[in-house]
Amino acid sequence: MRIRLLDIAHARSGDKGDTANVGVIALEPRWYEVLEQFVTRKKVADHFRGMIDGEVERYELPNLNALNFLLHGALDGGGTLSLKTDAQGKVYSTALLRMVIDVPDAEARRLQLPSAQ
Amino acid sequence: MVRVAAGQGFWGDDLDAPRRQVEGGPIDYLMLDYLAEVTMSILQKQKERDPSLGYARDFVGAVESVLPAVLDRGVKVIANAGGVNPPSCAAAVKAAAEKRGAGGKLRIGVVTGDDLLSRLDDLIVEGHALANMETGESLSTVRDSVLSANAYIGSEPIVEALEGGANIVITGRSTDTALTMAPLRHEFGWGGKSWDQLAAGIVAGHIIECGAQCSGGNCLYDWRSIPDLANVGYPLVEVRSDGTFVVTKHPKTGGRVSVPTVSEQLVYEMGDPHAYITPDVIADFTTIRLAQDGENRVLVSGIKGKPPTDKLKVSIAYRAGFKAVGTLVYVWPDALDKAQLADRILRERLDRLGLKFEHILSEFVGATATHGHLAGDQRNAPEVQLRFGVRGADRAAVERFTREIAPLVLNGPPSVTGFAGGRPKVEEIVAYWPALIDKSVVKTRVEIIQ
Repeated sequence: MRIRLLDIAHARSGDKGDTANVGVIALEPRWYEVLEQFVTRKKVADHFRGMIDGEVERYELPNLNALNFLLHGALDGGGTLSLKTDAQGKVYSTALLRMVIDVPDAEARRLQLPSAQ
Repeated sequence: MVRVAAGQGFWGDDLDAPRRQVEGGPIDYLMLDYLAEVTMSILQKQKERDPSLGYARDFVGAVESVLPAVLDRGVKVIANAGGVNPPSCAAAVKAAAEKRGAGGKLRIGVVTGDDLLSRLDDLIVEGHALANMETGESLSTVRDSVLSANAYIGSEPIVEALEGGANIVITGRSTDTALTMAPLRHEFGWGGKSWDQLAAGIVAGHIIECGAQCSGGNCLYDWRSIPDLANVGYPLVEVRSDGTFVVTKHPKTGGRVSVPTVSEQLVYEMGDPHAYITPDVIADFTTIRLAQDGENRVLVSGIKGKPPTDKLKVSIAYRAGFKAVGTLVYVWPDALDKAQLADRILRERLDRLGLKFEHILSEFVGATATHGHLAGDQRNAPEVQLRFGVRGADRAAVERFTREIAPLVLNGPPSVTGFAGGRPKVEEIVAYWPALIDKSVVKTRVEIIQ
C-alpha cells in the first residue's frame, strides 16, 4: 500500500550553516516503526536528489517516535550567503512529508495506516 | 520548584511577550534570548558606527516593561542582550531604571570575556587555527574581513552573577541554553559533575529558547485546531531539583503545550541527538521522555548527560561581498514558462554586460522555489514570481544588476506585474564562520553594577 508521509507524520526543520535538519515525528507512536523501516537514508537522499549538494545522515529517536535527517549542502551556502527563499531550511520539513512509501498491505492493515489514495 | 519563563526567542520577537510573562502568572526567572548566528555581526556593524551601541536595544524596553515585577516580586531577568557590548547595554538599562526612580534597586550583573576580536591575531600566533568547522578552511583566508569573534560561553559566569546578588544579568554570546540553565544551577546547587541534571537544564533551555515555537507557534501538528495564536502563551518550565520539569504556559493564553508541540521544538535545529554539545554538558536527546501531564502541561524526564569537551565553539563574522535579489510576478496563462523565459533573458543580458558574479540563483516562487521538483507540474499556476539573486565581491557589478530587473516589464515576456517595490537593494553580506577553541583561553569576567 502506498502511504504518504504527510498522513502518518509531522515534521519541523531548521538550519546549521549550509545543512538543513528535518525531524520527522510519527503521528501515532505505533507508526514510528514504519518511519524507521521505510524512510531510509537512501530513500531520503533520492527524494531530495537535485535539491541538495551533499550527503544525507539519519539519526533515530525512538523515545520521541522521531527520525532526524541532516541534509548537507541544502541551503545554497546557508545563513547570509544564501540567495534562497528558504535560506534557513524552514520548509524542508513539508518537502520531506511529500514522500510516498510502499508498505506491504498486511503491515499497513495491522497498523491501520491511512492509504495515499 | 523553580519557574523559568521565556520572553524572547530572537531579536525582533514580540515586544510585549516579556511583560505578559511576568504578569500572566507566577515565575521566578525571565529568560530573554536575543542572539542568532547572524545577530552578532549586525551588532558589530552598529558598534562600528557608534561605539556605545552593539547590543539588543529592545532589551532596555523589555526591562522597563517588567520593572515592577523585578522590584516588587523579585523576578530575575537573564538575557544575552549584551551582544558585542554588554557594558553599554548595562549602562543603558541602568539609565532607564534611574529615569523610573528605580536606579538604586537594580543589581545588574555584566558578563564579559566572550569577545575574542581584539585577541584574534595573538590567538592565531599561539597556534589556535580557528579553522572553519564545516569546511576545514583556515581563518587566514578571511582574516582581514573579520568583523566579530565571540566564544559561546556556558552557564558558569551567569551563576556567578546570580550568586553575587544580581537581579538582572546581561551577557554577550552566551549559549541560548545557558540562560535557562544558570538559574537552575544557582537555585539547586547543581555542581559541575551533575551531568544528568545539567543535561536536563540544557533540554529545558532548548525547548523554551525559541519562545512560542514550543507552545503552538509554527506547529504543523493539527495546526488548524491550535487556539488563539493572536494571544499565544510563551512557554515556561517548572523545574524540580532532580532535573525533571514540566513545560507549560500561563492560564488564559492561546497556543498549546502538548507532546507534539514540544516534540517539534525538540527536533528543531538538531544535529546528532546523542550528543547535543554545550560548554556545560553533552546532553543525550535520545533519553528524553515526554508525557502529557494535564492540559497544556508536558512532563519531561529521564534525561542523561555526560561531560563536555575541552573546546568552546566560536562564532566569527566576516565581510563576504555583496548581494541583491530582485523579483517580478508573471501571471496565467503559462505563468511559469514566462518567468523562465525572463530568467533566461536576464542571464543573457548580465552576460553581455560582462558582469561577473560568484553566484546567481533564480527561483520560481509559487511553483518550485522551496519544494523544487517535488512540487510537481506547475505549468498551470495562476502566478509565479521570478526571484533572481546575485552574489559577488564586486559591489559595482551587483549594483548594475539591480537596474536590469525593471526594464523587463516593457521589454520582456508578457503578463508581468508586481514591480512596484522599485529597484532591489544591494546588501553587504556578513557571513558566519564557526570554529572551535580551547576552553582554557577564554576567561569570563563578572561585574555587578548598581
